[in-house]
Amino acid sequence: MTQEIGAVTPGKRADAPLLAPALLSLDGIVKRFPMTTANDGVSLAIRPGEIHALLGENGAGKSTLVKIIYGVLHPDAGEIRWQGAPVEIANPAAARALGIGMVFQHFSVFEALTVAENIALGISDPRQRRGLKARIAQVSESYGLKLDPGATVHHLSVGERQRVEIVRCLLQSPKLLIMDEPTSVLTPQEIERLFETLRRLASEGCAILYISHKLEEIRTLCDRATIMRQGKVVAECDPKQETARHLAELMIGMSLRPPYHLHEDAAEAAPARLVVSDLSLATDRAFGVDLKSISFTVAAGEVLGIAGIAGNGQNELMAALSGETPAARAEAITLDGVAAGLLGPAERRQRGACFVPEERHGHGAVKDMSLSENALLSAYRRKGLVRHGLVDMPGTVRFASEVIRGFDVKSDGPAAEARSLSGGNLQRFIVGREILQQPGILVVAQPTWGLDAGAAAAIRQALLDLADQGAAVVVISQDLDELIEVADHIAVIAGGQLSPARPVGEVTVAELGLLMGGVAASRPGGADAVPA
Amino acid sequence: MPFRLEARGGHSALWSWLSPVVAIAATLVVSAVIFAIMGKPAGAALYTFVVAPVSDLNGIAELGVKAAPLVLIGVGLAIGFRANVWNIGAEGQFILGAIFGGGVGLAAGDATGFWILPAMIVAGALGGMAWAAIPAFLKTRFNANEILTSLMLTYVAQLLLIYLVVGPWKDPEGYGFPQTRLFGDGATMPILISGTRVHLGVLFALIAVALGWLIHAKTLLGFKLRVLGQAPRAASYAGFSTARLTWFSLLIGGATAGLAGVFEVAGPIGQITPSISPGYGFTAIIVAFLGRLHPVGVLLGGLVLALSYLGGEKAQIVLGLPNAVTGIYQGILLFFLLAADLMVGYRIRFTGKRPGKRQPAGSAA
Amino acid sequence: MNGAELFTSITLSVISAATPLLLAATGELVTEKSGVLNLGVEGMMLVGAVIGFATTLGTGSAVLGVAAAAFAGAAMALAFAVLTLSLLANQVATGLALTIFGIGLSALIGSAYVGQPLKPLPKLDIAGLTTLPVIGPIVFGQDALVYLSFAALIGVSWFLARSHGGLVLRAVGDSHDAAHAIGYDVIRIRYRATLFGGAMAGIAGSYLSLAYTPMWAENMTAGRGWIALALVVFAAWRPSRLLLGAYLFGGITILQLHIQGLGIAIPSQFVSMLPYLATILVLVAISSDRTRVRLNTPACLGRPFNAAG
Repeated sequence: MTQEIGAVTPGKRADAPLLAPALLSLDGIVKRFPMTTANDGVSLAIRPGEIHALLGENGAGKSTLVKIIYGVLHPDAGEIRWQGAPVEIANPAAARALGIGMVFQHFSVFEALTVAENIALGISDPRQRRGLKARIAQVSESYGLKLDPGATVHHLSVGERQRVEIVRCLLQSPKLLIMDEPTSVLTPQEIERLFETLRRLASEGCAILYISHKLEEIRTLCDRATIMRQGKVVAECDPKQETARHLAELMIGMSLRPPYHLHEDAAEAAPARLVVSDLSLATDRAFGVDLKSISFTVAAGEVLGIAGIAGNGQNELMAALSGETPAARAEAITLDGVAAGLLGPAERRQRGACFVPEERHGHGAVKDMSLSENALLSAYRRKGLVRHGLVDMPGTVRFASEVIRGFDVKSDGPAAEARSLSGGNLQRFIVGREILQQPGILVVAQPTWGLDAGAAAAIRQALLDLADQGAAVVVISQDLDELIEVADHIAVIAGGQLSPARPVGEVTVAELGLLMGGVAASRPGGADAVPA
Repeated sequence: MPFRLEARGGHSALWSWLSPVVAIAATLVVSAVIFAIMGKPAGAALYTFVVAPVSDLNGIAELGVKAAPLVLIGVGLAIGFRANVWNIGAEGQFILGAIFGGGVGLAAGDATGFWILPAMIVAGALGGMAWAAIPAFLKTRFNANEILTSLMLTYVAQLLLIYLVVGPWKDPEGYGFPQTRLFGDGATMPILISGTRVHLGVLFALIAVALGWLIHAKTLLGFKLRVLGQAPRAASYAGFSTARLTWFSLLIGGATAGLAGVFEVAGPIGQITPSISPGYGFTAIIVAFLGRLHPVGVLLGGLVLALSYLGGEKAQIVLGLPNAVTGIYQGILLFFLLAADLMVGYRIRFTGKRPGKRQPAGSAA
Repeated sequence: MNGAELFTSITLSVISAATPLLLAATGELVTEKSGVLNLGVEGMMLVGAVIGFATTLGTGSAVLGVAAAAFAGAAMALAFAVLTLSLLANQVATGLALTIFGIGLSALIGSAYVGQPLKPLPKLDIAGLTTLPVIGPIVFGQDALVYLSFAALIGVSWFLARSHGGLVLRAVGDSHDAAHAIGYDVIRIRYRATLFGGAMAGIAGSYLSLAYTPMWAENMTAGRGWIALALVVFAAWRPSRLLLGAYLFGGITILQLHIQGLGIAIPSQFVSMLPYLATILVLVAISSDRTRVRLNTPACLGRPFNAAG
């Protein structure tokens, strides 16, 4: 049963049927920042043992609300009640003392320290730090979260690092566990394991506040959901009784249109534009992944999706494709028939290949420079913006304006600094800058992470449009849903190796999940084998 | 903290040029206080320091002569600093320029010929570049920190200089003093304005400012250097060669420092001695910052710091203050500049709270 | 001199050359472990040297002198900390400013003390122990600051590896955002680490003017502060390697004094270049292993932290 709070007086909790009294209740929380009001009269109630979803897009105010609960921020107005009594949560240590634990989206782990040291840092009470290694071993055993207390964190996989965060919370016997976007870095099998742990905790009376924008997960896992949009609570419901589509529409506030593309027809005899053949590359980064014999082909008009959990070689692959890291042989990478493996990024752009890296600030764009200068960054050769070493400023400004207009970038014009743009708008600019160079080959990495649904949809459509014009497009992404939506073929990168590309229609999510977890489908037990 | 820093989300153009002004004003105030503490009348002392040196035409000419090496080195350093390449060894590169260029001049003996001066100038630039090439090589090939390597080489350069002037290059008719003989007429920098000491180097400094501005504002090279300094990964993404830009950054600083060196010894000083530089290479770093790493700003900054040298010398004569005072003022000036620079990127919001206390929930931010 | 006496004499001079390096580098190691790069060590050492000298001369008490030097070094470091931690100034530029300022300030204060004589720091003299051959003077005959340098190194080593405070400090240097998210006061921890580094640099400077050559001369550190910075890199930010590095450099410094005595005909200036050239070589050797450098460098070294984001 969904209650549209917008129709009722804002700030009042909808009447919930009386079960156990609320463990945590927020009433009319307001938090303002100079640029925006992040929380505008938010009310929420969580009962003991309840798995409660907090659903909303980026910028809806979920993170701010949760930081208030954990004591990192303080509300400008409103009341927080814990076990019925009003409280002021001054800082994270106070939150922990109440029994609130938090697993952050961007893990607060320290790479150079051991597991035990990392956990000790999250425990404020010196008495609880005694006998820590033994207690870590015991908790991780009992909840199935295998960890070696003496291991240095930088050696751990992302899934293992999350376990460190969770064990750190569990050791303090929390009554409320907050999980912030926990599954964006896990394989489908790891997600299942996490859900088992969470269900077990809930059955022991611990409440879980589960923040996510992943609708299917919320429908699988959670008992209740509070949906936020633009700082306000817009609905409260039982997610198991709702369709994913309805939840999405509540989240976005409008009805969704499926993306439109022609690509199913482009299968016959299209020329191969990007050929990667036996690309092997040893990494020179401290915790990098070696690429091993990667091979794939992308034809004109085709979109190849490369799925994989972060940290399996995507960055290395992107750097090899863009030319930031030279390949071992020129023939390892062929662009429109030209052996390009030893060429640098500027030369590859001259051959018609453009790239959108994963990080916007500091890699795809320079945040303190204007949009015009950022346009110059990658387009100076293809767009002829430099003559005899001198920069053609008016031409650069013209190109930047074209990008801004063509891709609906909300900004103060070409002179605006890149840092003044929101994530979505900056990504529109970067993608637009590359697409307007009319590349024959485009490689993008994590094109829509952190973006609101509107910007994400626009970018995916732009990629499909480019493919429809005959370009070869490679999309490297952690988001399986995104790849299934836009790609013709899909391959998985795991441990630096690439699986063979298969047509999207022929492969299941479960198979992809296994590949992402590094399990080959042909192992004994196949998809049912549980990795150690 | 009783105040909070709020990012502006951009650079305040107003504060970009206001902060050097504020810094200079604050330094003057502090100077007055220091003078008072040392028992000198503050007003007269400030006058001696700031106004007296340039109170006549000759003083202004001297300002130009003193500023020339600072501006020349500063322009070269500013280009490199923008790329986040920290050439701290300009002092050593200055010395090597003096040695190379001066060496050519000494070798020319008493000869006169139009080729002597150009050869000296080129040699000076090459000497500075060679000394800067060492940290460049070590950084690009071995990832060695250029701050420490260029600085260590400064000490080596100073020792080399001493060796030369007490050893093989010592003036046999110099009564045993550690100095070379004077440069012959053919090897002395021509004076541009008669009656003053304004020499060719001053002109070169102005040319350097113009060229520096051209590179910075108009060329792709200047753009590449700025990108490298602000976002090295973006530079890599764009295909800019970090190694080549690092080499250029260091070599340009070395070249300008070397030029400054040969102009000083073949100009105002007239010979090579152990004390050819009162720390120009280090002061030029302050000049570069004071000038916001912009060639025109470097010009203005060079004039300000040249004034501090002249003022220090006058204060030594008139007020009996030790020479070290100049170094203090330069350090204080840089401190105030760094502090005032905060305002370029941030606004200060006073919250009126006692330091160290977190606000309880519910109170106004 | 016979062999044992020669060995003793050389070892004693190596120890005295290494001690200021060890003191300053230990302090800077703690500062850098918390993520702060303070290039002003040279300036802080000089100010410590002159204040220590002036105080000892004026009060007659070396204890007061060393304490004053520590205080002076910490005061300089405080200026640095305010600029870089609270006002978010560029750490490289501020460190250079500190050095330039320190050179000038120490010269100004010291102008009154040039050429003044001072008794060197008293050395330990335990009846029966100090007179033992070789071991006696080396182990039992040092002045207080030499023992302090070892004690400080051991103390810092223990603090960083074993104590919760040291763990928090390492965490702050590794990821200041994560430390802040957990609730640690990054800025306060860095202030403390920076002030400690300043105090140690001040003490190191006072060793030069009170024990090494008991006098004051302008710029008497002659680059030791910079060498101490290089030592921290050489030590890969690990205290045990710091000891090795400091004594290696002490050895090289002494070597240059003895080369001439060995009858090798190199002009003295070239011999004096040895420590600086050695520093460059050491830096090259350590830095070229990029993976190792990246693994050991505190990840947040030199990066400013602003809680407001």
